Amino acid sequence: MSDTHAHSVAFVRTETLPQAAAPSNAAGPTKWMRDNLFATPANGLLTIAAIYLIYLVLASTLPWMLNGVWNAGSLAECREILQGTSGACFAVLTERWPQLMFGFKYPASEYWRPTLAFVLMFVALAPVLFFDLPRKLLIVTALFPFVAFWLIWGGTVWTPIFALLGVIVGYLVYDRFVAQSFAAGFFGGIAAAIVVWTISGYIVPALAPEQPWLEAVPSRDMGGYMLNMMLGITCVSLSIPLGIILALGRQSSMPLIKWICVIFIEFIRGVPLITLLFVASVMLAYFFPPDQTVDLFLRVVIMITMFSAAYIAEVIRGGLAALPKGQYEAADSLGLDYAQAMRLIILPQALKISIPGIVNIAVGLFKDTTLVSVISMFDIIGMIRGPILASQDWNGLYWELFLFACLVFFVVCYGISQYSQWLERRLATDHR
Amino acid sequence: MNKSVIFGALTIAGLAAGAAAAGTLDDVKARGKLNCGVTTGLAGFAAPDATGEWKGIDAAFCRAVAAAVLGDATAVEFVPTTGKTRFTALASGEIDVLARNTTWTLSRDVDLKFDFLGVNYYDGQGFMVPKALGVSSAKDLDGATVCVQTGTTTELNLADFFRANNISYEPVPIETNAEGAQQYLAGACDSYTTDASGLASTRATFENPGDHTLLPEIISKEPLGPLVRHGDNEWGDVVRWTLNALISAEELGVTSANVGEMSTGSTNPEIKRLLGTEGTLGEMLGLDADWAKRAIATQGNYGEIFARNIGEDTPVGLARGLNAQWTDGGLLYSPPFR
Repeated sequence: MSDTHAHSVAFVRTETLPQAAAPSNAAGPTKWMRDNLFATPANGLLTIAAIYLIYLVLASTLPWMLNGVWNAGSLAECREILQGTSGACFAVLTERWPQLMFGFKYPASEYWRPTLAFVLMFVALAPVLFFDLPRKLLIVTALFPFVAFWLIWGGTVWTPIFALLGVIVGYLVYDRFVAQSFAAGFFGGIAAAIVVWTISGYIVPALAPEQPWLEAVPSRDMGGYMLNMMLGITCVSLSIPLGIILALGRQSSMPLIKWICVIFIEFIRGVPLITLLFVASVMLAYFFPPDQTVDLFLRVVIMITMFSAAYIAEVIRGGLAALPKGQYEAADSLGLDYAQAMRLIILPQALKISIPGIVNIAVGLFKDTTLVSVISMFDIIGMIRGPILASQDWNGLYWELFLFACLVFFVVCYGISQYSQWLERRLATDHR
Repeated sequence: MNKSVIFGALTIAGLAAGAAAAGTLDDVKARGKLNCGVTTGLAGFAAPDATGEWKGIDAAFCRAVAAAVLGDATAVEFVPTTGKTRFTALASGEIDVLARNTTWTLSRDVDLKFDFLGVNYYDGQGFMVPKALGVSSAKDLDGATVCVQTGTTTELNLADFFRANNISYEPVPIETNAEGAQQYLAGACDSYTTDASGLASTRATFENPGDHTLLPEIISKEPLGPLVRHGDNEWGDVVRWTLNALISAEELGVTSANVGEMSTGSTNPEIKRLLGTEGTLGEMLGLDADWAKRAIATQGNYGEIFARNIGEDTPVGLARGLNAQWTDGGLLYSPPFR
């Protein structure tokens, strides 16, 4: 039986063939190109058209960029160096670099202060953004606003110290009373902090030395990209908690709170940001005596924060509405009170759903900070459109300056969006 | 901490608002600093340079006022204002004087409750054309396309001019001066129209300024001058006569270089009165006797300020034209110091 079978075929290979390399058109770059670029004739045509288009763009911009002049004192000098050939005059960026970054009035000897605050910002943000880091780092985060304030504005060190003291006292009061009731702790804490701040308002001027360690710099002297970063960071970090409160308030069963929140949100969302900024810079000046106005930076921060908080509140409301009713009932059935249910069950889930929306608003807010150039604050766009383009050296340059502004904004906004995608993946606990 | 300041400010707001309305001169002296509203940046008129120092004829005027009132030409807080925020900044008391190439018109003077104190630059709307177009007069522009900023008086002046001369044109609306220059260079319009000083400074930034020419016609009056709040006449007088002092100094030949010897060595009684060696003009203004001397010594007379910032040797390159002294056929004419 076995014999017949053995002779029924003429040849039997006993060893396996060595593995051959794949044919050149079925692997490697060729296959990738055939699959992705030239899959069908129409696809191939589109690819060729796109490559031609890219060539056209690069052929006209690359020589201009590569031929750029980086060292010159004025546009006229640039043109002299270029001798009529096409080339960018990036020299404006090198010559006006401090102005683009810090504005034109921030004292040059103090540039290290905002730079140091900028570096510290990453240390402070790290534990908030990446929660795998040790929780002790959060102490740095808590101290950062006070340190950064002192570094950037300078003046007496007692101002941030007493501000910090108020926050600490407020927290201690909150911690003492929160066990009895969340509301008592919350409002008691705020009241205690305000008491400390009011008292220190009288103490600080008495303690302030004639010559503080760090020279005081008024808000009016802030400018450049520093101003955009300051506005962006402050407003985003203030408007997220405010937005959460507004979103919860809008869902509240207490009519007074509910209607205050609804009216606030709907009013702010119905008004363009630029009108709010005009109110901040122009109208409020009428209500204060000339020498006693609230700081312009503070006014702008309040307006932008209110604006973005109203939008964030609506995004979070979307997240709250997306949660199944069972989650609320589960929290109730565990015997949790309102504050606990929100903190432990509802908000963690609702905020996770809201991340893309919140990031969207944050990116938009950061770009909206350039609107302050309209109320004569010299952010990076204000610096470009005002002093730099009006100077007799650089009048007539547009592409180089605005491309630079695009670049610095792109870096930050792209970073934020990459982080949010990482965060969504990290928090993905559902099974897909 | 800052909160107490805010609350305190709120409570005394009513009292202080009444007090602030009277006596800007005293406020400025008490503060030790002049708050001067300027543009956010216009070459030759007011713009910060690479070191952050404000330069231009408006900035120099602010310094002259500070030198006259406070004795220190650097005691100026320059408050940049946009075309939209300038009037409210002045009306609300945020600034003491606005020197921001603002055109003196009846409605601004009367309806907005300001006082214009004179003219520090006589401007007017002009036309720029490429030399290759071969046009020598604006009346030859029949059928031309003209770039014009929308929503400005220039747009209305343009329409008036062409209708009055019974010729046709096609407007190309643009938003800003920068956009206008780009459109004009790209050939989107045959001619670009805006204030003559603006045309000159824009042309100075072109790669080949010699290929473009400004037509002789000036089709509107744009007297630019400093202004203060209505109703504070003591302060208005100080600012007005500082401007007049700079103009008179040029007429009388007093410069920043010779002001010292002129004040002692001159025999001309008007120079003596101007520089405070004779008479009590400074006292009448509520200032000391050397007020005008300090303003001239630190900033120079009107002619020097003009030559330094927008004159023919600067990139802006403006001729004196209407802004020459009346003795040279211009419009500058200061009332006598007597």
